[in-house]
Amino acid sequence: MVIAENSIAPETANAAFDVARIREDFPVLRQVVNGKPLVYLDNAASSQVPQDVIDRGSLYLEDEHSNIHRGVHYLSQKATTAYEGAREKVKRFINARESRECIFVRGATEGINLVMHGFGRKFITAGDEIIISAMEHHANIVPWQMLCEEKGAQLRVIPMNDAGELLLDEYDALLSERTKFVALTHISNALGTVNPIKKMIDQAHKYGVPVLIDGAQSAPHMTVDVQDLDCDFFAFSGHKMFAPTGSGVVFGKAALLEKMNPFQGGGDMIKSVTFEKTIYGDLPNKFEAGTPAIASQIGLGAAIDYLSALDREQAAAHEQELLRYATERITAIEGVRVIGTARAKTSVLSFVIDDIHPHDIGTILDQEGIAVRAGHHCAQPVMQRFNVPATARASFAFYNTKEEVDVLARTIERVVEIFS
Amino acid sequence: MVNGEWENLPAVAHQLPTTIYDSPFTIHEFFMSELSELYQQVILDHNKKPRNFRKLEAANHSAEGFNPLCGDQLTVYLNLEEDAVKEISFEGSGCAISKAAASMMTQALKGKSKEQAETLFKRFHGMVAGELNIGEDDDDILGNLRVFSGVREFPVRVKCATLPWHTMHAALNNQAITSTE
Repeated sequence: MVIAENSIAPETANAAFDVARIREDFPVLRQVVNGKPLVYLDNAASSQVPQDVIDRGSLYLEDEHSNIHRGVHYLSQKATTAYEGAREKVKRFINARESRECIFVRGATEGINLVMHGFGRKFITAGDEIIISAMEHHANIVPWQMLCEEKGAQLRVIPMNDAGELLLDEYDALLSERTKFVALTHISNALGTVNPIKKMIDQAHKYGVPVLIDGAQSAPHMTVDVQDLDCDFFAFSGHKMFAPTGSGVVFGKAALLEKMNPFQGGGDMIKSVTFEKTIYGDLPNKFEAGTPAIASQIGLGAAIDYLSALDREQAAAHEQELLRYATERITAIEGVRVIGTARAKTSVLSFVIDDIHPHDIGTILDQEGIAVRAGHHCAQPVMQRFNVPATARASFAFYNTKEEVDVLARTIERVVEIFS
Repeated sequence: MVNGEWENLPAVAHQLPTTIYDSPFTIHEFFMSELSELYQQVILDHNKKPRNFRKLEAANHSAEGFNPLCGDQLTVYLNLEEDAVKEISFEGSGCAISKAAASMMTQALKGKSKEQAETLFKRFHGMVAGELNIGEDDDDILGNLRVFSGVREFPVRVKCATLPWHTMHAALNNQAITSTE
């Protein structure tokens, strides 16, 4: 990991990242679970929501609620302004060229499915190849498998090494004129690995192949610039970046979105409908059939405001320090093995303990008020690759503390004792 | 740190919150808690040394069970002769609860009739799901399977305890695959 201890610039070192103050923004963190302060370490599954985001959602429901893009009346205009305002925020957040490139979806899963249906079903044919990686979430495997089955196309998988890093030479060897699509995760939810996607996108583009990035785990932890990446699609979920569930975005380059088939049919996605023919709406409406999760998407806009007001470099550095400290504490416990030891990682710590199933670890941690994920993390091929049935996973956000890591480590020591 | 380029992250000055965290429970406290009802010594023992944990070559019935939520997977093998369980075994991977439940199930069912096995399944399920008050179970057919009664306090773990039983039930009824979800 590249946080050099010797690179302390005095200005940044003095600008303390005030975790105690930040925690006050998150009401859920104040609660007590089983008589203990909640230690929420399941952020890779879903993150908590700050008061500002809750308030923005409430404001919409109290003062602005109406259907969007329809009425000429006051409330509908107000709701539309707020909803489209959130889209503008998304555009700036990921540095898209235009806001119409940012399609609102329920989450990354729906975003990937939208691209599979709109692009894949239109352009992929028999004998084509689609490349994914060995560390994909099921959301970035199953849609492509379904497409391959339907079209008679082939799914190719970039392998990884024992640290959980993709083998880029193998990727290079997989790319060919048969390759018609590449779908990659930016960061592995099960391992924490940060993939060198900019380089990988560039490699695919040499073959003229469009690339979709699953950014569900990266959007909460780092600044994303879709123009700098030059990715063709980028999908992420609001609920993993401090917004409500039901919010999410799939970015697509306008030229590709224009060429694609719509996803779902219905209201709001049309210009005109007769029984003979329907003319689809322009971007982004073409991909947004039906009334969306208006309050949630406005909440996503508020979450972007919240993140933008933070020092994101400091937040990321704090998370990296938590990861470093947690890795050190947990690997010191006898029988504990970390799964996912890539050089570039976000704050995801997957681990197994000899002869103790992750579910049992999860239940005992829960008694101490500690929330971790135990299971296969919707990434069963990753579990198979590392020959484990499941892992326990602690995943940190910027509101977590070293004290919480201490509680985690001490409780894991007890788990080992109980099962010894 | 745009797009995952991790160089030049600033160093962090840590400021910790003032919340006081208690030390985690001691082993003594563990044995006083609901957790100890779940992880009874006999369960921990069966987890460590599961009985009848092997493939049964002579099996004439078998089924594979999955808990898709957590990835638990096991296969139950049965050798039925004239509707009686002559032999029973299991293999697979799972948590302490599912492994111990499978292990103790194989012990409980050996020699039982198909009908008795189904009755026991219903009783066991009722006990861990909290639908059956075991105090009223006066015929005591559950026997030492009662150690699983603590599972009822942990609703998300009920499926762990019942997975082997569901799988056994599927094997008895010639279904190849079952799952608890």
